[in-house]
Amino acid sequence: MTGYIFRRVLQAIPVFFGTTFLIYFMVFAMPGDPVLALFGDKTPSPAVIEQLRQQYHLDQPFIVQYFIYIGGIFRGDLGVSFSGQPVADILARTFPVTIRLAILALLFETVAGILVGLISGLRKGKLFDASALTISLILISLPIFVIAFVAQFVFGVQLGWARTTVGPGAPIQDLVLPALVLASISFAQIVRLTRSSVIETSGLDFVRTAYSKGLSRKRIIPVHILRNSLIPVITYLATDFGVLLVGATVTEGIFNVPGVGNTLYQAIIRGEGPTVVSFVTVMVLLYLVVNLVVDLLYGLLDPRIRFVK
Amino acid sequence: MKIRRIGIGAIALAAASALVLSGCATGGDTPSTSSSGDSSAIVSTNGSEPQNPLIPTNTTETGGGKIVDALFAGLVYYDEKGAPVNDVAESIESTDAQNYTVKIKSGLKFTNGDPVDAASFVDAWQYGALLSNAQGSSYFFADIEGYSDSADSPLTGLVVVDDTTFTIKLSTPQSDFPLRLGYSAFYPLPKSAYADMKAFGENPIGNGPYKFASDTAWQHNVQVDLVANPDYTGGRAAKNGGLKIVFYANQDAAYSDLLGGNLDVLDAIPDSQFANYKTDLGDRAVNQPAAIFQSFTIPNRLAHLGGKEGQLRRAAISMAIDREEITKVIFEGTRTPASDFTSPVIDGWTDSLKGADVLKFDPDEAKKLWAEADKISPWEGSFQIGYNSDGGHAGWVDAVTQGLKNNLGIDATGAPYPTFKELLTDEDNRTIQTAFRSGWQADYPGLFNFLSPLYQTGAGSNYGDYSNPDFDALLKKGASETDADAANKDYEAAQEILLTDLPVIPLWYSNVVGGHSEQVSNVKFGWNSVPLYYEVTKK
Repeated sequence: MTGYIFRRVLQAIPVFFGTTFLIYFMVFAMPGDPVLALFGDKTPSPAVIEQLRQQYHLDQPFIVQYFIYIGGIFRGDLGVSFSGQPVADILARTFPVTIRLAILALLFETVAGILVGLISGLRKGKLFDASALTISLILISLPIFVIAFVAQFVFGVQLGWARTTVGPGAPIQDLVLPALVLASISFAQIVRLTRSSVIETSGLDFVRTAYSKGLSRKRIIPVHILRNSLIPVITYLATDFGVLLVGATVTEGIFNVPGVGNTLYQAIIRGEGPTVVSFVTVMVLLYLVVNLVVDLLYGLLDPRIRFVK
Repeated sequence: MKIRRIGIGAIALAAASALVLSGCATGGDTPSTSSSGDSSAIVSTNGSEPQNPLIPTNTTETGGGKIVDALFAGLVYYDEKGAPVNDVAESIESTDAQNYTVKIKSGLKFTNGDPVDAASFVDAWQYGALLSNAQGSSYFFADIEGYSDSADSPLTGLVVVDDTTFTIKLSTPQSDFPLRLGYSAFYPLPKSAYADMKAFGENPIGNGPYKFASDTAWQHNVQVDLVANPDYTGGRAAKNGGLKIVFYANQDAAYSDLLGGNLDVLDAIPDSQFANYKTDLGDRAVNQPAAIFQSFTIPNRLAHLGGKEGQLRRAAISMAIDREEITKVIFEGTRTPASDFTSPVIDGWTDSLKGADVLKFDPDEAKKLWAEADKISPWEGSFQIGYNSDGGHAGWVDAVTQGLKNNLGIDATGAPYPTFKELLTDEDNRTIQTAFRSGWQADYPGLFNFLSPLYQTGAGSNYGDYSNPDFDALLKKGASETDADAANKDYEAAQEILLTDLPVIPLWYSNVVGGHSEQVSNVKFGWNSVPLYYEVTKK
């Protein structure tokens, strides 16, 4: 087990270098001069532009810029943004918000999705199943910004149940609405995954055996059916957590959440290499950790895929 | 619709139970949101995260500008009409538009107790102008004697006479220099600032109508909290308890907050709401011209667009554009058709310049002029307008090029660039081979500011490389007048030259489109489209 984890951590090292290099190159290759863009229609004196270029090493060739950045990382320095803030500070400020939002969304979609999916699967073809399928179909086909705007308008502006945007400190009560919006699409996916998995498992021999042994439904459904149906759902949740961390840009924008997506978007627009690369690197590392945790979870659900070495 | 609501309701129910089960374990690090003082009188408004530390001479964009303007008081401030009013200054005098004597009011203090004296201004300007400090607004000091943008050199034109008096010597006469002194680059700094300018920019200490509510008032990417400064005695004394400037990356979010009652004053209604903001807000909507001029530049180097032939073609292009129709249909009346190269909110603006007819829609005359130009040398190729597609320009560019197609019978299209910075880079390198969108937002309310940086030979933002000695001479003459009206007459004459040469095709003035909540009243917008926050009262 520890040997397995160790090997997985070792694998993360080339991934780290590969991603930082690629992302840095992409930001570098983005057309346009970020220093000029800082000033909009105004043109500062050429000397000031030159000064700023030097300050952010933008006058250096790509490979030098990259090694200055990597060298900084090993000294614990992630560089500074154009606004003069250390990138490490920005990371420390935005990641907790986005992680909180992602966990909340994950919680909503997991609990509700598995519950609805399980009931649907057990009552295949009944009214509950049909309506759950219809609702999930609608949710899947709606783009997330439509759901976000409608939810914001209905619950925030008209009913006044929630704040229209997230307030300072991103308290949990403000994050509920954006988390629900984020969860809505994955919720629909999970319902469908769980449902089909439950239907499949219910028809298997060991379930029939369990029934014929006289076990109660109360024991068969959670232990025999649900547990064996969860593996595809867990795999989906792992990828979804990554997507929630990275892909919340639209939702974060609409609800003005001071999180990763919002900040990363602006950094990309401004061409701030160090900020973009640091953010993406942390995301990649998080993604690796989440995947590792999920692989270990498989073992808990199905002892046959436990890692023995 | 109904089904979706039920769906969301179901999730909400499940979610609520999940929250209870999890015991809200993730909410541990939520800071308290209550602020000290009379919180009912805090006015909230929209802003954006400043792109630089809050040092006045390095604040060149609106996000930081709004905060800096609230924190600092300069020699003068601009009233609602854009006219300068003495703030810290007691008097600013000159007999030749080149040598100025500034007397400041005595006994004024920064919020940390440091005195506001002549040195506060002179030292701050020296700092802002010094090349190695790389301040974005350094070019504002270019007219002061001693300025250099190739080596570190002190502004020898600034001399402190005594605690409340200093003199300014300019390298050339500049009649509108006193008018510029309300711009943020000219704000004073306390002595304590220079020890660690970066730390100062994080937590600035000013002398203006507001001050930071606490040492941690600036929550990056979230908001900044300001409270009224009781020691401020100038004409901008706050009529409310403070300001909460909330940073939005997305203006739609700000608009939702305004409708949802979370925001008091919004100074930029997003384009997507132009069609319905008037119904949403009623008499709380604001739509008035601003000091923003929009145009497209036709560089002289383009084939068939220089010389006499170019003049005819430029006039034809200008007359083939139906500005009235475009501002009404595409912008829902949130632009005002241009009748000159400046803006109606600027003192000295007039809509009756000689030759301004070239900005009126006249397809027949346009066709005639185009045909005349064809006699000099026949037109070939297509006319393109470069624009950045991240700025909502596609709509009007399509409308303008469609107008050129219909009225001149030529091929005309837009040439989109993905981002603003790509467009700018091509303009700066002079590699752009098409016309391109251009615009100007004034730094201070003067006609000169709309003309000199854009059309003077070799000027910083003269991306079309326009050059006309007569125009340059008139600007120079205007700058050396000591009488503002006489100067404005020169600038009018200079604009009449522009109307013949048309280095850019004027399109329209942007309006400031904003609104406010029912909780506040007395919301007025200044000449620079920023609300006069100090005037806002909260119920």
